[in-house]
Amino acid sequence: MLAYFLRRLSQSALVLLAMSLIVFLGVYAIGNPIDLLVNPQADEVERVRATVALGLDKPLYVQYWTFLKGAVTGDLGRSFVFGVPALDLILSKMPATLELALFAMVLAVFIGIPLGLVAGLKPDSMVGRGIMAFSIVGFSLPTFWVGLILIMFFAVQLGWLPSNGRGDTVLLFGVPVSFLTVDGLSHLFLPAVNLALFKLSLLIRLTRAQVREAVLQDYVKFARAKGLSPSRVIGVHILKNIMIPIVTVIGLEFGSVIAFAIVTESIFAWPGTGKLLIDSINQLDRPVIVAYLMVIVTLFIAINFVVDMVYSLLDPRVRLGQAAGAGH
Amino acid sequence: MMPARRRFTKRVATSFLLCLPLSLGVVTSAIAQTKGRDVSIGLQAAITSMDPHYHNLSPNNSMMLHVFEGLIARDENQKLKPALAVSWKATDDLTWEFKLRKNVRFHDGSLFSADDVVATLKRAPNVANSPSSFATFVKPIIDVKVIDADTIVFKTATPNVLLPSDLASVMIINKAYEKSTTEEFNSGKAAIGTGPYKFGEYVPNQRVSLKANYGYWRGEEPWDKITFKMLTNPAARVAALLSGDVQMIETVPTADIAKLSADKKLSLVDKVSNRVIYVHLNQSTEKSPPFVTAKDGKPLEKNPFRDARVRKALSMAVNRDAIVSRVMEGKAVAAAQLLPDFFYGTSKQLKPVKFDPEGAKKLLAEAGYPNGFAMTVHGPNNRYINDAGIAQALAQMYTRVGIDIKVETMPSSVYFTRATKLEFGYMLLGWGTESGEQGSAMRSLLATFDTAKGMGVTNRGRYSNPAFDKLLAAALVTMDDKKREAMIIQAAEMVMGDVGLIPLHYEVSTWAAAKGLKYTARTDQYTLAMSLKPGN
Amino acid sequence: MAAEQTPLRRFWSEFAESKLALLGLAVLVVVMVIAVAAPLLAPQNPYDLSQLDIMDGKLAPGEQSAAGKTHLLGTDDQGRDMLSGIFYGLRISLGVGLVSTVFALGIGLTLGMVAAYFGGWADTLIMRIVDIQLSFPAILIALILLAVFGQGVDKVVIALVTVQWAYYARTVRASALVERQKEYVEAATVLALSKPRIVFRHMLPNCLPPLIVVATVQVAHAISLEATLSFLGLGMPVTEPSLGLLISNGFTYLMSGKYWISFYPGVALLVTIMAINLVADQLRDVLNPRLKK
Repeated sequence: MLAYFLRRLSQSALVLLAMSLIVFLGVYAIGNPIDLLVNPQADEVERVRATVALGLDKPLYVQYWTFLKGAVTGDLGRSFVFGVPALDLILSKMPATLELALFAMVLAVFIGIPLGLVAGLKPDSMVGRGIMAFSIVGFSLPTFWVGLILIMFFAVQLGWLPSNGRGDTVLLFGVPVSFLTVDGLSHLFLPAVNLALFKLSLLIRLTRAQVREAVLQDYVKFARAKGLSPSRVIGVHILKNIMIPIVTVIGLEFGSVIAFAIVTESIFAWPGTGKLLIDSINQLDRPVIVAYLMVIVTLFIAINFVVDMVYSLLDPRVRLGQAAGAGH
Repeated sequence: MMPARRRFTKRVATSFLLCLPLSLGVVTSAIAQTKGRDVSIGLQAAITSMDPHYHNLSPNNSMMLHVFEGLIARDENQKLKPALAVSWKATDDLTWEFKLRKNVRFHDGSLFSADDVVATLKRAPNVANSPSSFATFVKPIIDVKVIDADTIVFKTATPNVLLPSDLASVMIINKAYEKSTTEEFNSGKAAIGTGPYKFGEYVPNQRVSLKANYGYWRGEEPWDKITFKMLTNPAARVAALLSGDVQMIETVPTADIAKLSADKKLSLVDKVSNRVIYVHLNQSTEKSPPFVTAKDGKPLEKNPFRDARVRKALSMAVNRDAIVSRVMEGKAVAAAQLLPDFFYGTSKQLKPVKFDPEGAKKLLAEAGYPNGFAMTVHGPNNRYINDAGIAQALAQMYTRVGIDIKVETMPSSVYFTRATKLEFGYMLLGWGTESGEQGSAMRSLLATFDTAKGMGVTNRGRYSNPAFDKLLAAALVTMDDKKREAMIIQAAEMVMGDVGLIPLHYEVSTWAAAKGLKYTARTDQYTLAMSLKPGN
Repeated sequence: MAAEQTPLRRFWSEFAESKLALLGLAVLVVVMVIAVAAPLLAPQNPYDLSQLDIMDGKLAPGEQSAAGKTHLLGTDDQGRDMLSGIFYGLRISLGVGLVSTVFALGIGLTLGMVAAYFGGWADTLIMRIVDIQLSFPAILIALILLAVFGQGVDKVVIALVTVQWAYYARTVRASALVERQKEYVEAATVLALSKPRIVFRHMLPNCLPPLIVVATVQVAHAISLEATLSFLGLGMPVTEPSLGLLISNGFTYLMSGKYWISFYPGVALLVTIMAINLVADQLRDVLNPRLKK
């Protein structure tokens, strides 16, 4: 177990290294931040000064080496645009994004799986078909389109909910969260729905597919024959066996929800890391882009690890770290 | 039926229903934001710091004017007016004398004096990690002499006519904070100025809140508290106004102007700005510039853009009125030079080139291109108002004069680097003249490229006209305002006649506010709370 | 003895059991015909700048242009006929979505199965690449590709493939990990069947169902992703808009009453995607060995 853990850890370090290298090279290929930052009315002397101040006069491999040296001590450089440490900037925005992502995930899971269950158990009923139709619409529409429609309808026409921004926050274990205030919830609702819609549809369809298969399996027929109550059949037997691909997807999707919250955050002006990333990409603020990806990758590796653990628990048939074909 | 499912559905249904009253109840508190004298304003661009010397960027400069002031201020037409200096004059070619205002207090109560100016001039060019500093404005001053508490004298190395204008961009800080870091300004600790509002809160990339400075020397402002929200997405910005989250927004998307104008709950103001949208033609190569070829794809023998007739033809082929009315929805003014003609140094004789596709074809034939050639129009797609639309419209117009056209637009992060490296032939660009006079604009865009002399720094067309250079250089060291203006006008007429670049239009900036609020629009596109007053 | 139905006939009759799926198939066929025959069917070539006139911009559906042509669905801000724009746009959106999904599926499936079956360093390597891949926001990849290679259909496809293959790899690996432990794999191994054969002929069909669900969603996602990239100014070149670009172009006009510039392409997109999914749903149910009653 420990060996497995250590191996994963070292692999993760390798992943982080590769990521940072790719970003350095990538951003370098896109353009020169100086062209975007320096006021066009400034003279050449100013351009040179700015280039030196941001460390961009040095060859790329020197810049990368400087970055690596700092990274080991937790210093991921200073934002070219804001002048403050990049890691601090990202971490200060992280709670907003995590809150949005978690809320969206909760909505998707707790609405999607039950709806998928219903659709799978009664595939030919009105309800079942209705749910499937809804799920199709849900992932057919681009997120940005849905976002604007939501704003237009609920914020502008009806005036029920605010159109942008994050609500009042309170500190929970030192972290500012907004879902504990009514104002916070009202701001959280629309972006979370926007973000959740796609995942929701996915989960509905996945759950339905899995349930339809499971229902035909022998073990379900056997459980029913034994006279077990329907809720036990569903809750214990079916649910547990369909959870593996679903858990995989949830795990995958959570990481992508954080990363792809970019568009939602942009439309709803939700002050999270996604919006910061887009702005940083547009301004070639490399330290922030790198810091963001480092944080995301770390988070993602952690999620993957948790997912692997969870489904080794859920499915005793899966043994981690075992080579194929080795005897038991 | 199966009791389990019914129970389950019931549970789902009840929890869903529980959420509804919650969200409905929230409604009433979220709306109705203008309590008394508080106001929320939606901004288009994010500011990057509350340190007035950190980043020379329009949105930052606009924000700083609320908390700080310079020696000189600019009115809504960018004309200089006294601020912390009551008067200034050039006592000789290399010396400027400024008389400072008495009895002005900083937000912490300390009195403003010449020492604060000295401290400012020391700090402004030396802020750590600055991506675009104020050094350019302060550098020409080689010596500062404090004559008494309210007289200060600056000496320059060469005659510098733009010094007052440059100093209008430098915010005066309290000398106690000369050594403060950018972080200390961002947290508010060092953000002590003399301006009409005091620092309240700064959340990077999100919002700034300010509170009134009741002791402001110009008198009381109408607002107790201002919240600036950064809403970069145009649709979100409009939605925020419509839903009442903010009471005013800047940069109204042109597509929404018609509808918002008709809305009885809103009032719109607009004003032509100092930003000209133009085209630079790459004249740096002897043969074909990049992306310009003969119609069969082979490179051309000579660079067509070096021929003034070709440049003129390309200007004549543009239907500026169509761009103004169709692409910009009326929110633009056709341009003949680099600034609208009420600015200093602009010629009242220059008129926008007339749309004449037949004449353009004739000129092209005269220049040796009877069948035209092939060219790609390059432009950004997220920098200027409707930039992608303008590029496409231009492309359409050029097909009518026999040129084979392709269009390529890209995000500014990619575009400007490549444009600066002269990787394009026909480049759509924009320029906002902060100084408010045409001489410096021409120096940056049309003077022969010479980094050592600081001329033609942004002359991506590499246009070079020695006669024009001479005239402009002479103008820029003429201290007499009237004489200088005449020379600049002469230079402008010369260079526009020779089509150094193709001016298209000046952007018109639009602000939308809730009825009952009046905004005095500005040419520099700044959004200042001081220009927003209750009333009609 | 009754004549045995050929497998194909059987498949078709099972497929045709769902009227909804048949409807979807019909719509899909229409869409594909339009996409392929767009140059013949469309009243205007919206990619030809010389055919466009900006003075004809933003005409409402049914209005006539200055030249006297009636535009059934109106025009966009550059004077492009919306109907033609939608026909050509379908072409691009569909093409890009299908091609990128097929490639991504192929790559992801192969790598996922290899990782699951062979385990060890192959598994580690592939899965770590998947990790890196999935943490890269699509926008960043697209921006880098755009900067290095320029705009165009092919670059968009490459970006979409690069973004998507990891989903398939991950999901396939999860299923395959389960399958690998099953008895039939043990049996096949004991029978000394070659590894590729075990992987592709035996394990693969059982790993397919969740994959088909994911793939179905992903075609839609690919098309939607292209639209999002266009929204950010990255995807297709402005003069050759896909449905996604048409939608994002018309976005700015949605709140000011000129809904048709964004609405009709949006409807076309929705109809296409729904048709794809209806067909795919039924396909999956028919093909799924575990649903055989």
